[in-house]
Amino acid sequence: MSLSNLIQNWDSFRKRRPYEDQYKDAPYKWAMVIDLDSCIGCNACTVACYAENNLAVVGKERFGKGQAMHWIRIERYWGEGEALETEFPERGAQYLPMLCQQCEAAPCEPVCPVGATHHSPDGLNTQVYNRCVGSRYCSANCPYKVRYFNWWNYPERAWPNPLELQLNPDVTVRSKGVMEKCTFCMQRLRAGQDKAKTAGRLLADGEVLTACAQACPTSAITFGNLADKNSKVARMWKNQQVDLAKNAQDKSEEGVRGYRILEDLNTYPSIVYLERLRNFAA
Amino acid sequence: MSHNVHGHPQMDVQVERKFVPKVKDLGPDVNWAQINKDVLRSLEKPRPVFWIIFFSALALFSFGVYCEVYQYQNGMGVADLNNPQVWGLYIATFIFWIGMGHSGTLLSALLHIIHADWRKPIYRYSEAMTTFTLLTAALFVMVHMGRLWEFYYVVAYPNERWTWPNFTSPLVWDATAIGTYLTSSLLFLYMGMIPDLAICRDNAKGARRALYKFLSLGWQGTDRQWGNFKVAYMTMACFLMPLAVSVHSIVSTDFAVSQNPGWHVTSFPPYFVLGALYSGCSGIITLFIVLRYVFRFEAYMTQPILNKLIKMTFAIAMVWTYLDLIEYATTWYGSDEVAKADLLYRATGDYALQFWGMIFCAMVMPFTLLIRYVRHNYTVLLIISLILNVGMWLERFQIITPTFAKSHYPWTWTAGWWPSWVQWGIVAGSFGWFTMLFMLYCKIFPSVSMYEVKEMVHEQNLEGKAMAHANPESEQAPVGLLEGGQA
Repeated sequence: MSLSNLIQNWDSFRKRRPYEDQYKDAPYKWAMVIDLDSCIGCNACTVACYAENNLAVVGKERFGKGQAMHWIRIERYWGEGEALETEFPERGAQYLPMLCQQCEAAPCEPVCPVGATHHSPDGLNTQVYNRCVGSRYCSANCPYKVRYFNWWNYPERAWPNPLELQLNPDVTVRSKGVMEKCTFCMQRLRAGQDKAKTAGRLLADGEVLTACAQACPTSAITFGNLADKNSKVARMWKNQQVDLAKNAQDKSEEGVRGYRILEDLNTYPSIVYLERLRNFAA
Repeated sequence: MSHNVHGHPQMDVQVERKFVPKVKDLGPDVNWAQINKDVLRSLEKPRPVFWIIFFSALALFSFGVYCEVYQYQNGMGVADLNNPQVWGLYIATFIFWIGMGHSGTLLSALLHIIHADWRKPIYRYSEAMTTFTLLTAALFVMVHMGRLWEFYYVVAYPNERWTWPNFTSPLVWDATAIGTYLTSSLLFLYMGMIPDLAICRDNAKGARRALYKFLSLGWQGTDRQWGNFKVAYMTMACFLMPLAVSVHSIVSTDFAVSQNPGWHVTSFPPYFVLGALYSGCSGIITLFIVLRYVFRFEAYMTQPILNKLIKMTFAIAMVWTYLDLIEYATTWYGSDEVAKADLLYRATGDYALQFWGMIFCAMVMPFTLLIRYVRHNYTVLLIISLILNVGMWLERFQIITPTFAKSHYPWTWTAGWWPSWVQWGIVAGSFGWFTMLFMLYCKIFPSVSMYEVKEMVHEQNLEGKAMAHANPESEQAPVGLLEGGQA
């Protein structure tokens, strides 16, 4: 944030985000819908993310210490009561893919002492690795705990020669001491946006997908541009009556099952989850 | 009934005027020459235990340095920090050290402003304690950083890209506040030392003389110099007092501004400031007893002064206890279910031992200060003052760790996280670093303010004379004012 930028855009800085129609004139606002009813907990999204974003495999011991680097993780919860009575193989297990919620009012952003994490114009919560000093305040303040810190110097540990050849050349390899997090596959977005810009158009719906959405075998993850009213994601948000600038949903209508996680903290996430449906009578 | 010049009614009855003998802070046999002699002796030959303390501290510090180098080389992972537990002991101990510093300012600045003269023999080392605890705290900011080599990004320095630190971040407020506080308390410490440095200069030889000569800035003790000195010192004291209050308030915003359960509390700033004064006061008691023994300051660090210090500590401890209970009460009766669950987890969960240890050490133990035997037995008092500070350290620990262990999001709940030996080593090293610096300071600079103790003796003697004049058969005979001494 330069001083001149601050002075010129003072109005936008002092506005409380998110506000109504914030992205009305913006070309892009990236968002996601995750259908928990479709998620089978196969971890394909996690694997795809590891491959796409140069995530380090930390090994069993460090994983056990809580030092894993999975930008998207499959959380497994067990149901209660009746749900536990269901038959093998399900046994009441429920899965929830958890990744950075790209909050509109992200708790991680204001607390970074050096401004290494900030909001991009297309609604992403970005992390500038070069600027990060590793105070880990963002992670401390993230209610979802989806920020991952490079506790070790992973490049030399995770990809010994010749494994560095498997690294994605479009993605920075992070060194020790910086925070990292899900970027919504920023490299793909930027490449697609550049291509579309050269052709003088906007990105079409589904033209760019995140690695997790692409890999999901049951299409549980829908990714797209919320600013485009006709995109699949925007229609799903509308059908579920989820509004980016509201922190609660009216769920009185039947069939509406969209919600955002920990909405009462006023983080305004960009990811809508669809509740799981179960018919125990059947 | 007649009226005096002010128009107040005055009784005709002759009232017998009698001074109530005041407890004197210093003994009757302290004279000016003796003060110089005693304090200057502390720069030369301390008891052998000085070297034991110094070298133990050096050893601890060396171990801390080893741990830090190990962590620097391998990454923060060696500290066994993980995804929810991102801060660990480093931030807890950081708050502890920042807090320790505050009482030094209280003693040197606030009590100076309100003319509480009993502070005079003990404020110098308290102010030195402030400076060195701040240096130690600043160390922890560095130790905790993932990329220590980029620490200057947090400071607003001019650069060609016009990048600024993020002024909305409490960590930037922290860096600014601590930087300001460290600078001003260092200045304040130095400024108050100038007349004493001149005395050292006049008595030293060789390299030390050169050092004191340089540092005493040509102090001659002229009227003009004293006048300017008093004004400057008072101004600095007035500047420092609100600063000290603001610094720990700002440190508390690191937590109060965030959304984590147990941190998101409005009462945190006063709670932190009081906690800081509390741990600082018990730190001053500890050092009082240590210095008194090591440097043979028995004549200056007397029981009446210690009593006052203990009274102050007890009062502050009670206010702190009240604020702590208030915090629990507001959480308990509040509507934030997560914060309530966090409070219950603190008291009954994996860190219950630390929680109840904190309650015992910091809330129950101060009541022992009410016992006369404790106040007068220095060994017992030393142990109790250390226990109080253990309690305050545990308080910081149980602010940080349980909140991370059980935050908003259930998936990251961790049971029984415990810091690795690297963290403990660095924490131990910080105690070594502080003790080492402090002991070095006391060996090189006068840790009892000579000129102010002289002022004190002078005032006591005037009081004694007035008393003797008004009440000739008083036992408090005046002491020779200038008995063989010079300023």
